Amino acid sequence: MEKYIGKSVYKGTAIGPVSVLKKKDSLVKRIHIDNTAEELKRLDAAKERTMTQLGQLYEKALQEVGEVNAAIFEVHQMMLEDDDYQDAIHSMIQNEEVNAEYAVAVTGDNFAEMFANMDDEYMQARSADVRDISNRLVRNLSGEEQIDWSTMEPSIIVADDLTPSETVQMDKSKILAFVTVHGSTNSHTAILARMMNIPALIGVPLELEKIHNGTRAIVDGREAVFYLDPEEEQIRQAEAAQQTEQRLRSLLAEYKGRESVTKSGRKVNVYANIGSVSDVAYVLENDAEGIGLFRSEFLYLGRDSLPDETEQFNAYRQVLQMMAGKKVIIRTLDIGADKNVDYLGLGKEDNPAMGYRAIRICLEQPEIFKTQLRALLRAAKYGTLAIMYPMVISVEEVLDIQKIVAEVAKELEEEKLPYAIPEQGIMIETPAAVMMSEELAEHVDFFSIGTNDLTQYTLAIDRQNNRLDRFYNPHHEAVLRMIQMTVDGAHKHGKWVGICGELGADTTLTTRFVQMGIDELSVAPSMVLNVRSKICEME
Amino acid sequence: MKQFSYIIKDEIGLHARPAGLLAKEAKKYQSTVTLSCKGKSAAASKLMAIMGMGVKHGDNVEVTIEGADEDTAAAELQKFFRENL
Repeated sequence: MEKYIGKSVYKGTAIGPVSVLKKKDSLVKRIHIDNTAEELKRLDAAKERTMTQLGQLYEKALQEVGEVNAAIFEVHQMMLEDDDYQDAIHSMIQNEEVNAEYAVAVTGDNFAEMFANMDDEYMQARSADVRDISNRLVRNLSGEEQIDWSTMEPSIIVADDLTPSETVQMDKSKILAFVTVHGSTNSHTAILARMMNIPALIGVPLELEKIHNGTRAIVDGREAVFYLDPEEEQIRQAEAAQQTEQRLRSLLAEYKGRESVTKSGRKVNVYANIGSVSDVAYVLENDAEGIGLFRSEFLYLGRDSLPDETEQFNAYRQVLQMMAGKKVIIRTLDIGADKNVDYLGLGKEDNPAMGYRAIRICLEQPEIFKTQLRALLRAAKYGTLAIMYPMVISVEEVLDIQKIVAEVAKELEEEKLPYAIPEQGIMIETPAAVMMSEELAEHVDFFSIGTNDLTQYTLAIDRQNNRLDRFYNPHHEAVLRMIQMTVDGAHKHGKWVGICGELGADTTLTTRFVQMGIDELSVAPSMVLNVRSKICEME
Repeated sequence: MKQFSYIIKDEIGLHARPAGLLAKEAKKYQSTVTLSCKGKSAAASKLMAIMGMGVKHGDNVEVTIEGADEDTAAAELQKFFRENL
C-alpha cells in the first residue's frame, strides 16, 4: 500500500483500477520549409479542423456541464483566432521558413509563458488553455490520432495534468475519478470535475512511470488522499463512505429546493450552524434556509490581538451577501470557558463553565462589544441579519445590551455611516433563562436554545467526563421540559424559538420538537436535508 | 475620437469569456478600439493581449474609439461594458 496526499477538488470517494494517461512524446521537430505558402495553407486547414472540433466539444460540454462551463470551448475558439497568436505563427513560418507544427508549438509556449507569469491566479491558470489549443492544433497538423475511449474499463484516471478538452472528451461512464500530479484548483478541469460530480485530486506527488495500469486504488476526496494498492480495511472504509455519499445524493435529489413543511402544513425553518466564512459554501450546497448560528469566535481565535471593526464588517458583510437575503444569525463573542483567548488576559478560573465568559465579558468590557456591534449594525445593510447574545440570564442584562446598542447606533448616526438595527435575540443556555423566558421574551425578538450548555447546567453533568456516562441522558425529561417551557414563554409574546445545539440535529427528536412548537432548527450543514426529510415526512 | 472610462464590476476582472466577447464586439466596427489600464494598452480586438493586461475587479479601464463609425461604436461599447463587465 502506498499513500499520497494531494488537494481535493471534488469531495467524493472512488475505488477501482488506475489508468495512467501518458502523454505521447510531444517533442515537435523543427523542419526547414521551402514552400511557405503551401505550409500556410496547411496551417489554415488544420485551424479550420480545430475550430470544428472545438465547436463539437462545446456542444458536448453544453449537454454535460451546462452553458457557463461549456463557454471555455468558445473561448478556446476565440483564442485560436486571436490576431496576435495567428500573426506570430504566420510570421514565424514565413520569416524563419519552418514547419507549421514547430511555429505553433513555439508560439503556444510563448503565450502560455506570458499567462504563467501574471500575478493573478486566474490568469496563470489560462496558460493551460493556450497549451491545450496549441497541442490540438499541432495534432491536427500532424494527423495524430486521439485517445480511444471505447475500449477502456471504468477507471481512476491518473495523469500529469489534464486539459479542459481532454476532460470533456472523456466518456464519463468510464471515469471513476481524476488524479493529477499538477493542476490548480482554479483550472477548468477542476471546475468541470466538480460540475460532473467526479471525485478529483490534484497536486498528488506521483511518479507516473512507476504506476502500472490496472493497479487497484482509492481516491478519498474528503481527506484528499490517494491510496495505491490499498489494504482490505481501507477498501471497506471507502465502500462505507461511498454508501453514505450515495444516501446523501438521493436525499439531495429528493429534498433540495423543497420547503421544510409537515404534511399538515406547519413550516419549520431548517438553518445551518457555521464557524467561518468558508463554511457558507456547505450551507448553500446543503440547501439550508438560512444560518441559525454563525459563531463569531473565528475572528477572535488563533491570533494575538483583537480584530478591528473593518475586518469584522467585511467578514459579516461577505456572509450576508453570499446568503443573498436569507437569514443570517450571528452570535456575538462567546469566549471564556473552554475557548480562551490569551491576548484578552482573562486568567485562569477554577470553574470556567460558570465563570467570566460570553456576554459577561462584553458587558464588563464594552469597548470590545461595541466594536463588534458597530461592525454588525453596518453589515446589516447587506442582507437579512439577526444578532444573538450568548449566556444571558436576566432581563437586566438585556436592558444593558439594548443601552449599548442604542449608543452604537447614535455614534454611527453622527458619523453618517449607513447602518440598520437588525432583529435581536438571546440564547437560552441556563435554567435561569428558561425560568425567566416569559419575561425575557417581552424584550427580545427571538430565542435560540443552546442545548449543549443547557443540558450540562440542568443535569450538572460535565459531558467531557467519561465517568459520568451512565448518568448522562441527552434525552433527559428535565431538558425536554426546559425546552417546552422556553417555547411557551416565547410564544406567549409572539416571539419565535429555535434550537441551535447538537440536540437540534437529533432526528429521533425532530417530531417531538415540532410538536412542542419549535419554529427553527439549526444544525450542521451536512444534517440539514436529514432534518428536512424528517419534517416533510411527519403529519 | 471618442473616449469613456469604466470600472470593472466582474469579480474575476476582465476574464477570458468577456474578453473574448469584447474582441468579437470590437471587430464589428471600422474604428480602432483601444483599451488602456494601469499604464498598459491593447487593441480591444486582440483577446490574448487584453487578457495579458491583467485587468482586475475595481480597475478603471479607459476605452478610446477612433474612426468613421466612432459615435455608434462608442455608444454600443458602453452598453456592452455595462452588460458584461
